[in-house]
Amino acid sequence: MATTYETVSGIISDTCDIEPDKITPDSHAINDLGIDSLDFLDVAFAIDKAFGIKMPLEQWTQDVNAGTVTTDEYFVLKNLCTNIDKLVAAKA
Amino acid sequence: MRLEYFQMVDRITALDLPGGRIVTACQVPEQSPVFEGHFPGYPILPGVLMIETMAQTGGWLVLATLGRTKMPFLMQVEKAKMRSFVAPGQAMEVEARLLHEGSGYAVVKASITVAGKKVSDAELRFGVVPFPNETLKAAMLETARRVGLPEDLLHAE
Repeated sequence: MATTYETVSGIISDTCDIEPDKITPDSHAINDLGIDSLDFLDVAFAIDKAFGIKMPLEQWTQDVNAGTVTTDEYFVLKNLCTNIDKLVAAKA
Repeated sequence: MRLEYFQMVDRITALDLPGGRIVTACQVPEQSPVFEGHFPGYPILPGVLMIETMAQTGGWLVLATLGRTKMPFLMQVEKAKMRSFVAPGQAMEVEARLLHEGSGYAVVKASITVAGKKVSDAELRFGVVPFPNETLKAAMLETARRVGLPEDLLHAE
C-alpha cells in the first residue's frame, strides 16, 4: 500500500505535470514546485478523493493570514502529509 | 433566458440537497443579438453559453448546498462536450450533480438535455468564497427569488 507521501507526490506529479524526481518531502508546493492556486484546486480535489477527507483549506488560509503558522506548515509536502494523516485518523 | 444579460436559468424545477442534484429549465429565446453573429443565416446557441448555463445551474446547487452563505465562482471547466447544436426557441433541461464539496471549492458534473437528448456536458469546478460585497449578495437574493429557489433557502444566511 502506498504511503501518504507516495500518493500525494504522485497526485502532484500527475496533476501538475511535474517530473517525479523534482518532488521531495521537503518541497514547498508553491515556492519550490510552482503550483498556483488553480493547480492546487486539482491537487486538493484529488487528495480529498484519494483519502476520503475534506482538507480544511479555508481554515489553513486563515491560519496563514493570521500569522499563527507559516505556509510551510501546510505546503511543505512532508507537513502536508502529516496533516492528511491527522485528517484520516480523525475520520476513522 | 436573456442571453445578453447572462440570465441563463429561467427556473429551478428540482432541487434535492441531500442527493446533491438540481434541475433547471432554460428556454432559448427566438430572438437575440447573440444570434446575429453566431451565426449569420444559421443561428445556434454558442457553446460557451451552454457552459455558462451549466455553470449557473451548478452554481445554484452549490449556493443552495451552502445555505446561500457563500458565492461560487467558476474556476475550471473539464471535459466540456458540445454534442449537438441548440437552436433559437428550443427548451433546455439542465442538470447538475455535486461530485464533491471541498473546503473553499466545489465540483459538479452538469449536462444539458433538449427533447430527451443530451446535447452538452462538462465537469465544472468552483471557487467558493464569501460574497465580495452587499450589492452582489442582494442581487443573488433577488435572482434566487426569480428562479424559484425554495423559500427556506431565501431566508437562510
